[in-house]
Amino acid sequence: MSFLESLYKDVILEHYKRPHNRGALDEATYVQEGINPSCGDELTLYLRVEDGVLRGVAFEGEGCAISQASASLMTDAVKDRSIEQALDLSRAFRAMIRGKPPAPELGELSALQGIARLHARVKCATLAWTTLDAALGASEAEAGGGS
Amino acid sequence: MLHWRVMSPLDPRALRRDFPILERTVNGHPLVYLDSAASSQKPRQVVEAMAAYYYGHHANVHRGAHTLSVEATDAYEAARERVAGFLHAPDARSVVFTRNTTEALNLIVSSWGGANLVEGDEVVLSVAEHHANLVPWHFLKRERGIVLRYVGLTDDQRVDLDALAAAIGERTRVVATFHMSNVLGAVNQVRRIADLAHAAGAVLVVDGAQGAPHLPVDVQALACDFYALSGHKMLGPTGVGALWARADLLEGMPPFLGGGEMIRRVTLDDSTYAGIPARFEAGTPPVAEAVGLAAAVAYLEAVGMEAVADHDAALVRYALERLDGLSGVTVYGPRGPDRGGIVTFNIDGVHAHDVATALDAEGIAIRSGHHCAQPLGGVLGASASARASFYLYTTDDEVDRFVDAVIRTRDFFAAYA
Repeated sequence: MSFLESLYKDVILEHYKRPHNRGALDEATYVQEGINPSCGDELTLYLRVEDGVLRGVAFEGEGCAISQASASLMTDAVKDRSIEQALDLSRAFRAMIRGKPPAPELGELSALQGIARLHARVKCATLAWTTLDAALGASEAEAGGGS
Repeated sequence: MLHWRVMSPLDPRALRRDFPILERTVNGHPLVYLDSAASSQKPRQVVEAMAAYYYGHHANVHRGAHTLSVEATDAYEAARERVAGFLHAPDARSVVFTRNTTEALNLIVSSWGGANLVEGDEVVLSVAEHHANLVPWHFLKRERGIVLRYVGLTDDQRVDLDALAAAIGERTRVVATFHMSNVLGAVNQVRRIADLAHAAGAVLVVDGAQGAPHLPVDVQALACDFYALSGHKMLGPTGVGALWARADLLEGMPPFLGGGEMIRRVTLDDSTYAGIPARFEAGTPPVAEAVGLAAAVAYLEAVGMEAVADHDAALVRYALERLDGLSGVTVYGPRGPDRGGIVTFNIDGVHAHDVATALDAEGIAIRSGHHCAQPLGGVLGASASARASFYLYTTDDEVDRFVDAVIRTRDFFAAYA
């Protein structure tokens, strides 16, 4: 397998070319913008939170294969999870991108493991997740919770 | 050199021996450094000049009566003379050392603009400016209510001089644009723009970040009023740049930063300021860096700036010849003459960052992103793009390796379309 193939695994390129949950979400309860100023990548994340559960998750944005695939994979992964579970997943994802072995609950997200070796691309992989954290932070604050 | 695919007046293979970094490998491949428009590599002569200065002569400048301080001051002022000579400036007093082009442009906007522009005054800029020639003007727009007028591009992606002439009006006080675009590679007809600006009583500010490293610069022939450059893009070290300004303009400008060195007399209540150029050089300047920049200028002068420009042009012609024939690859910027050694492009369906990662895997360093010219990305309809840029050490073999890698990258990602 070439370096490129090991980095851009089939699942990443599939999600890049045919992203899941792409587009605006009707009845979103939270809309959060994320930006990566050094490269100009932008992402808008739409969440519909019902009783502390992410019933609707969608994104719009422009960016590289890594950032778009990461966003697409994330929307699949956090849908129908509780806020708590989504934040746990976010922590696990970031630990993997920092070079830790992927936690089992990451599932398909572990396809992005190779980014840990590419420091220049870490922000691409984490943009969707930092945007999610910002949105959930806002939603928790609003619910009077917080952890 | 019968196997050469470009006719160049200089021999990059010989020059490369002066650049040790070009011997290294990246990801198991010999490095192909095509990011000189972001920052050039440094020849031994520059690094050694700085080391010799530090090992033999360093002290603070303009401050002491002792021998080392005098030697350091002499070296620093000799560097100023060298830069003045490189720019064909009439006199070295009108060369101010700054950190880089960005700081030089901020100095112009803050000092000259702050003293001369009032609400409703107009500044004419192109849509292809680097953020360094946009954001400082935005400050003044917000603070003063100056008006920014933007000039678009022609069909072949040069600054539209007819539109520029039309944009200059009664309230125009400044025209500010690049010598060479860091994205399009287009070289502006600075002299014509200067004539248009002056006919309206406006001054011309030239962002020379790409011009100074790659083109012969004669500020008198260009007839500009300000010319800003960065040392690190022209074989010199980071941390030093220069602003050349017409001496009479500089004389009338208030200080930019306050501190040591820029004063005439200081009391507890007030201070008076030094003459030019010291008035604009508060604090201990980047002395070793200025010495390094002088060595870089000496290196470029020995090679000859006409030869550097011709070499860049020959490489870009060759690169465009190969790239323009490729399906699925879009190359921006004008064709033909007045085109510097910059190739900004996109591969259909592949983001520029992915292109850069794919090329890096083969040891090829290119830039990707918005190139600090986000508004231009909007004009081109490409918020991100990939950019290869050439310099005097770039060979035709490297252009081939680059184009071959672009083809492989296109095909790799096309398999998933």
